[in-house]
Amino acid sequence: MTETSETPSVVERTRPVAAGAAVVGAHFIGKVAAFALAEEAVLLAPEGAAEQRVVVHAGGILAMAGDRKRVVTGGDDGKVMAVDAGGKASLVGEDAKHRWIDHVAVGPAGAVAWSAGKSAFARTGTGEPRTIEAPSTVGGLAFAPKGVRLAVAHYNGVSLWFPNAAAEPERLEWKGSHLSVSFSPDGRFLVTAMQEPMLHGWRVVDRKHMRMSGYAGKVRSLGWTADGKWLASSGSEQLILWPFQSKEGPMGKPPRMLAPYPARAVIVACHPSEAVIAVGYADGLLLMVRVDDGAEILAQKPATAPVSALAWRADGRALAFGTEAGEAGVIDLA
Amino acid sequence: MPAQPSSAKIPVTVLTGYLGAGKTTLLNRILSEPHGQKYAVIVNEFGEIGIDNELVVGADEEVFEMNNGCVCCTVRGDLVRIIDGLMRRKGRFDAIIVETTGLADPAPVAQTFFMDETVGGKAKLDAVVTVADAMWLKDRLKDAPEAKNQIAFADVILINKTDLVSAEDLREVEMRIRGINPYARIHRTERCRIPLPEVLGRNAFDLDRILDIEPAFLEADGDGHEHHDHDHDHAHDDGHHHHGLKHYHDEDMQSLALRTDQPLDPDKFFPWVQDLVAKEGPSILRAKGILAFKDDPDRFVFQGVHMILDGDHQRPWGADEKRESRIVFIGRKLPEEMIRKGFASCSA
Repeated sequence: MTETSETPSVVERTRPVAAGAAVVGAHFIGKVAAFALAEEAVLLAPEGAAEQRVVVHAGGILAMAGDRKRVVTGGDDGKVMAVDAGGKASLVGEDAKHRWIDHVAVGPAGAVAWSAGKSAFARTGTGEPRTIEAPSTVGGLAFAPKGVRLAVAHYNGVSLWFPNAAAEPERLEWKGSHLSVSFSPDGRFLVTAMQEPMLHGWRVVDRKHMRMSGYAGKVRSLGWTADGKWLASSGSEQLILWPFQSKEGPMGKPPRMLAPYPARAVIVACHPSEAVIAVGYADGLLLMVRVDDGAEILAQKPATAPVSALAWRADGRALAFGTEAGEAGVIDLA
Repeated sequence: MPAQPSSAKIPVTVLTGYLGAGKTTLLNRILSEPHGQKYAVIVNEFGEIGIDNELVVGADEEVFEMNNGCVCCTVRGDLVRIIDGLMRRKGRFDAIIVETTGLADPAPVAQTFFMDETVGGKAKLDAVVTVADAMWLKDRLKDAPEAKNQIAFADVILINKTDLVSAEDLREVEMRIRGINPYARIHRTERCRIPLPEVLGRNAFDLDRILDIEPAFLEADGDGHEHHDHDHDHAHDDGHHHHGLKHYHDEDMQSLALRTDQPLDPDKFFPWVQDLVAKEGPSILRAKGILAFKDDPDRFVFQGVHMILDGDHQRPWGADEKRESRIVFIGRKLPEEMIRKGFASCSA
């Protein structure tokens, strides 16, 4: 963003939400914006009704995911909780040793996964959760878009696990510590963000490797455009997009770099149907960027703290955001 | 350069010590004394702490290599995760204490603060505090490389259980520690009884606090431990003299201190020191320096852990201050002649 005054803005369409604490995640349940706060609660902000604070953890909230019907949170009290649009909270799982729940993920047909230290758990029906031990602490979890298959990122690779099958997980190997993990929307590619400032990818069918590097810092946020053609990522002073149009993925092709700015891009969220990406920066700036021509729309001006949560409503007509300083809101784009 | 002033960062004290030396005793003391500070504690084993504290987190001590071609660049993957999680609850605690297992190498813990952007942006390493067993340390230095690493790496060393050894044995333990690490502050304790400001809030990794690099000597040491006629633990005279003090020479781990009053040329010094740590990084545990560059009114200070170097201009040289450059390395089988020659070639 070079000239703020000339950038179109939707800032005035923001409905502020009084989070009162650092926001660690956001997700829309229907038309209700749900914010996971760093301490104890999920804050529900329905359209045209009072906000509702639902206490779900006796301590900090470390992770959040959602499947449009509910949000799932992991806490440092060792519990995995679910909250629906009406504010009804229910226990999904609990670690027997009350370890921190570091990561949560939601999958098709109501599947939920979580991890505590090296243990990954998946609950696919009403039965007991299944579990595997990863070779090291789990860095991230992601369900494949179809079927109940879970990717578990860890040191030196990713384990692909069918929680409902007896088979041992398959291992995709690559040296180093793998953190966030993400499947492409068609399930053909699997990408991890690493401890080093780079991404690593595999073509799932033949495990062909893809290295994506050149970032200024650690990549903490990944997202795929709805058509699966682009992988958006944080980690530099601009939005980095890797082309995934071809069967080869991005190999041999340079990334597209949009929305350059003096502060680090720290979080990305892709529009649910258009090739538009919301990008949050370390100083609180929030932009919406169109992939085709790089056009930018100002969504929030720089504030006091990094943007720490972003979520699009399913119809793409609202964007929820939160920051580490507890600023939060819903931007109406209709 | 850090994005925010270091004062806003949460200080982290790393507590090391071989099995049974008394780490948990010290930790319990820190948590139970009325100091008005709240600590988040990262422990390797639950259950040993007798104090209720809502922010006690179990760690896995996972050491991860970085994919940067450097074998000594390691981080503690679990610390990256835990500190990131704790920082979301900033405001609930004033400082963090990381207890390591008795067999742990302190370097990956320290390097995590320099290698991981998120951790380094929000927390800062305060000091490495090592608890040593007055009776058993001598033996451990012979048979446990971990114990030697912990001594070599330390900023503060507690020689604990002093009530269990004779004055003579205690002196010898001290001399052996000094032979490895002459720069740490040493305290003699019983049951880790020590004023907490000697252990916490030391700012040992703060570039602004690098005031002087001189061997530290035991405080409140009544009987003057600078004996010149103590027994040597090996036959040949190694010829090392630090301020007239002949000391134990550890065959394996040493410190090397160099100084010059010739102004240094930054265009010679930086390539030299970077090349040195790139090649010898695995054997260099800690490095520190105060440098006087030619035509530069400011003191330049640096410190390092293995091959990671951190340095900055500190403040102008005082009018009465001697413009002298001093550097110190603590490490394993340091190539002394090579380092001496290299440093000598950095003069302007």
